[in-house]
Amino acid sequence: MGLLIAIVVWAITLAMSVPFVTQTWWMPESITALGDEIDRAFNWTLVGTGIIFLLAQAALGYTVWQFSRPTDKPASDSHGNNKLEFLWTTAAAVIFVGLTFFGYSVWAETRFIEQKSMEPTADRLVVEVTGQQFVWNMRYAGEDNQFGPTDISLIDDAAGNPVGLDRSAPGGADDIMVPEMQVPVNKEVEVVLKSKDVLHNFFVPELRIKLDTVPGLVGKLRFTANKEGKYEIVCSELCGLGHYKMRSFLHVVSQEEYDAWIAEQASYLF
Amino acid sequence: MTEVQPSKEVAEYTEVHRHPEPKSFLWKYIFSVDHKVIGIQYLLLAVVAVFVGMALSLLVRLRLVCPECSYPLLGQFFPVGAPEGVMTPEFYLAMLTMHGTVMVFMVLTTAPQGGFGNYFLPIQIGAADMAFPRLNMLSFWTTFVSFLLLMAAFVVEGGAPMSGWTGYPPLSALPEATLPGIGQDLWLASIAVFCIASLLGALNFIVTTLDLRAKGLTMMRMPLTCWTWFVTAILGLLAFGVLLAAGVLLLMDRNVGTSFFVPAGLVVSDKVIDHSGGSPILWQHLFWFFGHPEVYIAILPGMGVTSHVLSTFARKTVFGYRAMVYAIAAIGGLGFVVWGHHMFVSGMSPYSAFVFSVLTMCIGVPSAIKTFNWIGTMWGGKIRFTSPMLFSIGFVSLFVSGGLSGIFLGQPTIDLYFHDTYFVVAHFHLIMGVAAIFGMFAGLTFWFPKMFGKMMNEPLNKIHFWITFIGVYAIFGPMHYLGMLPHPRRYAEITSVDYLGATGAAELHMFITVAAVLTVLAQFIFLYNFVKSIFAGKECREENPWEATTLEWAIPSPPPHDNFAGKVPHVYRGAYDFALRGAKRDFAMQCNDDKAVYGEPAPQTSGD
Repeated sequence: MGLLIAIVVWAITLAMSVPFVTQTWWMPESITALGDEIDRAFNWTLVGTGIIFLLAQAALGYTVWQFSRPTDKPASDSHGNNKLEFLWTTAAAVIFVGLTFFGYSVWAETRFIEQKSMEPTADRLVVEVTGQQFVWNMRYAGEDNQFGPTDISLIDDAAGNPVGLDRSAPGGADDIMVPEMQVPVNKEVEVVLKSKDVLHNFFVPELRIKLDTVPGLVGKLRFTANKEGKYEIVCSELCGLGHYKMRSFLHVVSQEEYDAWIAEQASYLF
Repeated sequence: MTEVQPSKEVAEYTEVHRHPEPKSFLWKYIFSVDHKVIGIQYLLLAVVAVFVGMALSLLVRLRLVCPECSYPLLGQFFPVGAPEGVMTPEFYLAMLTMHGTVMVFMVLTTAPQGGFGNYFLPIQIGAADMAFPRLNMLSFWTTFVSFLLLMAAFVVEGGAPMSGWTGYPPLSALPEATLPGIGQDLWLASIAVFCIASLLGALNFIVTTLDLRAKGLTMMRMPLTCWTWFVTAILGLLAFGVLLAAGVLLLMDRNVGTSFFVPAGLVVSDKVIDHSGGSPILWQHLFWFFGHPEVYIAILPGMGVTSHVLSTFARKTVFGYRAMVYAIAAIGGLGFVVWGHHMFVSGMSPYSAFVFSVLTMCIGVPSAIKTFNWIGTMWGGKIRFTSPMLFSIGFVSLFVSGGLSGIFLGQPTIDLYFHDTYFVVAHFHLIMGVAAIFGMFAGLTFWFPKMFGKMMNEPLNKIHFWITFIGVYAIFGPMHYLGMLPHPRRYAEITSVDYLGATGAAELHMFITVAAVLTVLAQFIFLYNFVKSIFAGKECREENPWEATTLEWAIPSPPPHDNFAGKVPHVYRGAYDFALRGAKRDFAMQCNDDKAVYGEPAPQTSGD
């Protein structure tokens, strides 16, 4: 019985580990430098926890097998071993707490942007993303680089004004509303996250970042995509019965393509 | 001397607590104040609830692999949620919500603490009953009312709530955003009533542990089970009050027009919502201030049982008893300062994430101590493979697997990717779900002969163990891979996300569902064995069939009404005196003095 338990525990351990080594089911390729760093933090954690996982399960199986074999020797009367206990505790503390320091700079670069300006600049594109059951609304500031004011009394989904944009106010006339996000490659993008109704979550797996859109709050994420392509934006916070189909796309394109696209969008306005 | 003259206080105490044995069925089995009957009531409630919760998870699994399949029987029970037997996405979410709620509250919180704790804490510390027997009865029946309220949510118009077991507002606060109906209100009322019941129970456990220990039973001689019930009760006392407040506030937001959790300016379907001034994040802070300790409320008693059982069947004392006690206390204490790791991407201040992250990682340290000491307990022992031992070994394995994935999620940067994916689902199911349930199976198979005076069928128990052990790994292991893709959780189907279709999510879902169906079927082996053994199991009148050391094994099976039949037990040694040198047997019970263990025939030995 002891050997059987050991074999089953070891077999399960291997079976669970193999797909992590072969990367059979894996993250899509990262398209940001920060995403690469998050992957590095993940890989270090995978190596660290992987070793502990294998060792712990191996030791469990071995102990169960070894100490269930018939023997004339009485059971050990050991009550513990303070030296081993201390060693084990220190090792665990160093490994586990040490891991947390790996990703901190990435976290800071992704999230510590509350105090900085949110105005669009020459090197930074700002896109406002407003979640609602069950669609994403993207807003670009338009030619004047200024977001127009909004008013909830103007909200009218049917008339194509899901965020209540005041077209007559200064800055509002040239704002562009689109259902999918288009950004130039290698350009810093700031996403300003809002919600009209309940919690949603803006998540692009290839960017490795997500953040809840919280009604009443403004959230911000920053990224610089370095690979052109079409990526899915999936809602990652339960938002109601259509949660599973609330998605949009992020198109990362060349600067020229982006310029042409934004000009085309602007032409629809007038 | 094994038995001491009771002091005056002790005599008075036992008088007070020796309530006369009731004769009528109603007072003996229904409104009983006997902690043993109440413990069994809790266990039976948990058994009913766990089968309800499992059935719900099966519906969830079935819809995931085939959203358009029709189950005519289901259509008859839920004509709205499953018209013509086809489950709607909102029905899926409702089943998901109820599965989580039933499992977390009615199973993981009731059975380990209310069930086993109630039954065995007083006996293991040598008391005649809990400190407040009437309060004890009240906590069970309050829990029962809470269960009825929760079940009522299935049958009201609009059906069960669909905002997840975490009930995040505004989704849970605004009927406009989901389906109209009082399902969510019943859910909240049930949670609130449950909190009251748990607070009463927690109070009772703490007082009982501190005040009613037998002479000689110092805190550091207590069985580790008692330590975990004690720490769990402290967690409950501090955590459930917060959830109670949160639940009442949300109920008011829904019904009397307050706005604790709903901010101004919300628009649902072009309609402006008449609320202002609240914060959805406030709910998350309150909920997780309860929710994280709740994880330990579910798992700590399992840890205690595992330590207890591993020591008993390895015939070896617990490795590093003191370290185990400190680890239990550390896990409980740290459990209160890490709730923010559920909220890394909630929009709360990103600066606080660092603190929550470091503190979260610190929990890995006492957890590592426990794992090390469990293996250390078996190392050098003479292992006996009884079914409780198998479940305890399974517990250790699952605890390691489920715990290590937490190292990923505790880091905010990695959580940016994994938050709200199946990786999280895999993590918490392994550790607070099935590991805790393995702890319960270990406890049930271990104490069954004591509680009912019958043995469970061991071969059936072992078959049940093997299928369940492999089954739960087959269910929750692949969920990590779904999380890698990354598959967001709480998706009624995968048809709307292109990359899920392309990366094999459907095949993984199918594998998981097949494993889930088989594992659920295996639970009927347990149910059959449990029910049959109660009524027609092999008689076991032996006091100490497992050759264990703690006080419950020194009294008849099942125990008499006042536990110790009028005697006052005296404790002479720690809880795990195994592998004694020069003793007559390889173990010494806590109530055996040195003469009984080493010297001439003892005046009062038990068991053999």
